[in-house]
Order: sequence, then C-alpha cells, then structure tokens
Amino acid sequence: MSEIAELPAVTLALPGLGELRRVAIVPALNEEHTVPRVIDELRAFDPGLDIVVIDDGSTDRTAQAAAARGAKVLRLPFNLGIGGAVQTGFRYAFEHDYDLAVRVDGDGQHDPAQLTRIIAPVLAGETDIAVGSRFAAAAGGYRSSRSRRIGIRVLAWTVSRIVGQRVTDTTSGFQALNRHGIALFARDYPHDYPEVEATVMVFRHRLRLLEVPVTMRERGGGHSSITALRSIYYMVKVLLAIFVGLFRRNVAPQEGTE
Amino acid sequence: MTPLAVSIAGAIASFTLVLVVLELIRSHRLRERYALLWLVTGLVLTALSAWRGGLNTIARWLGVRGYPPAVLFAVGILFIIAVLLHYSTVISRLSDQNVMLAQRLALLEQELESSGSRG
Repeated sequence: MSEIAELPAVTLALPGLGELRRVAIVPALNEEHTVPRVIDELRAFDPGLDIVVIDDGSTDRTAQAAAARGAKVLRLPFNLGIGGAVQTGFRYAFEHDYDLAVRVDGDGQHDPAQLTRIIAPVLAGETDIAVGSRFAAAAGGYRSSRSRRIGIRVLAWTVSRIVGQRVTDTTSGFQALNRHGIALFARDYPHDYPEVEATVMVFRHRLRLLEVPVTMRERGGGHSSITALRSIYYMVKVLLAIFVGLFRRNVAPQEGTE
Repeated sequence: MTPLAVSIAGAIASFTLVLVVLELIRSHRLRERYALLWLVTGLVLTALSAWRGGLNTIARWLGVRGYPPAVLFAVGILFIIAVLLHYSTVISRLSDQNVMLAQRLALLEQELESSGSRG
C-alpha cells in the first residue's frame, strides 16, 4: 500500500513520486513461473507501488501465484485477449483514483528496474503516456524474430505518418500513464493487438505520447500470442482499424481531463 | 456474355455493401474482427461484377454456359455461407462465456452473502 515508507532509491531518482497514488498493471496469461518474479521486482523497484495482476483466464496457477506474493488479482472469467485484460487494469486504476499507472507484462520481458526512465517524463508533466521502445535508440538486448521486426517496422512507419510524430515501437506494452491516459484507456481501448491502435487513439484525443529507449528481455514464460499466420490477420485488422479510425470525428478528452 | 446492366447493378450493390460495412466500423457498431469477412465479400463481388471479361473466363472454367452472372450468385452464396458459419462459431463461444459468467456470478453472490452473514 502507498502508506508504507519509500525506499530512498526510487524517491531520490523520481522526486515527487512518493506523493502519488500509483499502481502497476500486470496482464498475465498462464505465467505462473514468471509472475511472482515480476511482482518481486516491482516491489524492489518501488515498495509504494500497488500491484494488480489481471489473470486473463489462465489454466495454470497464475492467479494463486500472484495472490501468494500479495498482489491484488483480477481474475477474468474467460480469456478476453490482451486488450480486454489490460483495459480491466486501466478501469481498476481509474475507479480507484490512481494518479499514475505503469503497465508491465507478466511474462518477464519488461524489466521493472527500467521503470525509472519511463516514469520520469510522466512525473515531470512532459507527457501523458510514456512508452518504452526497443528501437528508439541503438539499445541492445533481446530482439524478436525477423518477420516480427518487419511487421513492427511497417506498423511503426504507418503510425508515424498518421500521427505526425516519429514512433518506433508501436507494439510495446511497457508504459507509464498519468490520469489523462488512464481515463482515456479506461473508457476506450482496442482489442486483440491493441498497442498500435491505442497509439493512434492517443494522438486523436490530443494526448501526448513520448517514447523512451529501453531494452527488453527474452520472454521468461508463456508463449507469444502472435504466430506467423495470425500476424498477417492482425496486420490487416490493425491497418483496417487505423484507416477507418481516421474518418472518426476527433473525440476530445472529457471535461475535467484537460 | 454478361449483360451490361447486370454488371453495373452488381458492382453498385456490392460496392454499397463495402461502404456500409466501413461506415458501421467507423461508428463503432461493427468490430473489425467481424467486418473483415464482409469486406472481402463486398470487394470480391465488386471485382467480379465490374471485371466482365474475368467473370466470363471464370464461368467458362466452371463450365457455366449461357449465363455467366450465375457465377456471381454462386460466389455470393459461398460467402454468405462462410459468414453464417463464422457467426455460428461466434454464437457458440458467446453462449459458453455466458454460462461461465452466470456461474461466476452465482459463486460470487454466495460468497458475498456468506461473508455478510459472518461479519
């Protein structure tokens, strides 16, 4: 809970963080082996961070493993897919009045130690949403398969053209959001393969998005939900969604979120 | 040879389908995942209606003699079957999920009541 005294490390690195109500949203699907480690690492990073694990219909002991480590667990009655799972977390954050939310995947590919870099620009008020990008700088670390990278490049190029800002990693789920970002995603979040559409949505709602270079680790467990054939389907679906989305009227942020 | 009027009417009708589907997506009344099959249907039928030489060639391949637009009907029916089959799988999944939701609700209600009477 946020009442617990902060470790000096994170408060020194991120002054002002201690006063905010903050939550980590951890979507997990059959990741009983990696989720406890992710929770421990999040605690080590910031003991004042509330942790909510969204169990997206796992058939293993993901929910029990997370609860045993003291995380709050939202157990979905059946698999909603990553978009629906993550939005459950945003809704939780919105309804419980959190000021800051970070999203960290339960498979262990996001290293909580790098959250300092992602949170800093949000905390400083420079952006509404900060996204950890594997390609924003020549960072090393884990690289995904060749076909996956090409797909990511194509989407990044398309999205950059549309939003008029260079976006390098539209598939990254390693993010930090302020109250405006939480409110937007709690209200409307794409399904299936959500980050690409969400990026476009953020700009259409005139929120600010900033990429921060990070390195990602190899997935510690579970398996990527994107296989070769599915990725073609997703590509078509996402591009369709983006282009149709362009003809939607701009939906301005609601009263009070400006 | 396909009558010109049939080609024009077919192309207009199919293209209207495409436009209606796009508008439904735009106004959030149809999800992309359920729209893709409709879009393919509309685009294929538009192409077959407008590309008259192609329709004749395909009709010849299929042994359709005398009235090439019959191919349009065949393709249309094929796509309608595909869409319906897809919907049957969607409905099956939804009813399974509905059962799970009702069961979860009953369990939660029981849990709430027993914890309420304890406290």
